[in-house]
Amino acid sequence: MAGSGPSGNDDLLWYFSQVKGTMDDEVSEPDIISTVEFNHDGELLATGDKGGRVVIFQREPSNKATGSRSSEYNVYSTFQSHEPEFDYLKSLEIEEKINKIRWLSQRNQAHFLLSTNDKTVKLWKVSEREKQAVGFNLRDEDGQLYMGGVRPRTLVVPHYEPMELMIEASPKKVFANAHMYHINSISVNSDDETYLSADDLRINLWNLEITDRSFNIVDIKPENMENLTEVITAAEYHPKECHTFVYSSSKGTIRLCDMRESALCDQHAKIFEEPEDPASRSFFSEIISSISDVKFSHSGRYMITRDYLSINVWDLNMENKPVESFQVHEYLRSKLCSLYENDCIFDKFECCWNGTDSAIMTGSYNNFFRVFDCNSKKDVTLEASRENSRQRAQLKSKKVSQGGKRKKDEVSVDSLDFNRKILHTAWHPKDKIIAVAATNNLYIFDSNNSAPHPR
Amino acid sequence: MSVSPDVVPTMEPVNKPYTETVPSISVEQQQEQILKAKYGNLAKKGGSSLLQKRLAQKGGNKYFDSGDYNMARAKVGGKQKIPIEVKKEVTGDHMPTPDELPRVRKASQSSLVIPQLN
Repeated sequence: MAGSGPSGNDDLLWYFSQVKGTMDDEVSEPDIISTVEFNHDGELLATGDKGGRVVIFQREPSNKATGSRSSEYNVYSTFQSHEPEFDYLKSLEIEEKINKIRWLSQRNQAHFLLSTNDKTVKLWKVSEREKQAVGFNLRDEDGQLYMGGVRPRTLVVPHYEPMELMIEASPKKVFANAHMYHINSISVNSDDETYLSADDLRINLWNLEITDRSFNIVDIKPENMENLTEVITAAEYHPKECHTFVYSSSKGTIRLCDMRESALCDQHAKIFEEPEDPASRSFFSEIISSISDVKFSHSGRYMITRDYLSINVWDLNMENKPVESFQVHEYLRSKLCSLYENDCIFDKFECCWNGTDSAIMTGSYNNFFRVFDCNSKKDVTLEASRENSRQRAQLKSKKVSQGGKRKKDEVSVDSLDFNRKILHTAWHPKDKIIAVAATNNLYIFDSNNSAPHPR
Repeated sequence: MSVSPDVVPTMEPVNKPYTETVPSISVEQQQEQILKAKYGNLAKKGGSSLLQKRLAQKGGNKYFDSGDYNMARAKVGGKQKIPIEVKKEVTGDHMPTPDELPRVRKASQSSLVIPQLN
């Protein structure tokens, strides 16, 4: 049951803050956002797109006069992370689309993130430069050496002078050639030294410092590819236990593995699977049960999984069924045939937790996204649209009607735009700010109805 | 639900409603039937042909060879190019390597970077 409008619950009440990107009807394909991720303190928000570029936004610093913090984010840095490549052996194009971005925890003044396309993971360093060295004796301002052994008449001591802030992004490590299939996930370990990368059939363990070696920790490739029944769809490290990770499959199962048990974690320590009712099985059952995303709660006690029609909350202590199951867009069940025909049934929706693990969010079609409150079980459907893009406008709750009788403000299921899908969303780790990627636009909403911030 | 012709049923069994309109199959199964009506039987035992097809498809775009790939990419970039200036360049003095070939020009900046009015 959809929550009815403002319920007074902060997690379900959202106001428009900003939208990034062009408002043209024409969408340039490289601009399509393919991943969104806040860093660990929420000061930075990174997006990756189909064109292989990363754009990092930084939150507006607090207002010194009022001490309040706006939810406004401005461009901090942008760089080309991946370029398109050609696999000569297989005559296949390797897309430059950024599949995932994951931030490392901060270790010094610079910021580090991992970004990956289908085949290669890269470690990027983003640092600020506010000083430049001036006053050299043997070279001019551009760094060119004075030719001919010119002797300076007077000696100066080189010193640092403040300069206009410059943000530099440089690739520090390139982790290549370890995946035969397409990388769908990367996850940094809580030990801050290692990370995993997962493709359809294998998961590899890397050390952040070492690029020429990687350990395979999960391999589900069958001897005979004709016996392939299951692929890995997502993988994530536990937020606190450095030896624990989970991976989800196209068959709707989640396996938890403990790296202390053995080098190769093909044997799972736990398997989370809700037994299916064989009577209601159909051709679509397996396709819609495929898990598109899995995310641990910040506490590490729970995890959420997203399959085509629902989002489930699992308690790591209970394997046989989720503790909570929320319907995202149940009205699509009677449209599965056409969704199969237009390939939408294979869309991979992501999901995320809020900072206190009390709410979860995921996207849907027609630029709708859904927020669920884990405690009250209430939920809301909101839309990321240009119409709602007035300064501080409160997002109105939306409802989709299935049957013949459509109420005044409801949207008919047949009028949903399946090309406008929200696959990627992110929630600020501490504050009530969410980032929603709608094709080529990035929407930022917040839950504090504070005074309008200056433009 | 067959009844032997020799036996005359004296009582309708409770769990065999004759006149009820409750569908005996789920919504999903109804959808499956629509699909089968359109495309015929899809099921195949022993591994998922669906998975294999998707794994193969995900190989990005398949090209005949690298020349084909570069031609295709050049064509994409060509739409954005301004009318050609004829350059006087020497050709054929050495074999080009993939790195030397001109990269397809594309928008260098994401549209997210363009400052918006709001």
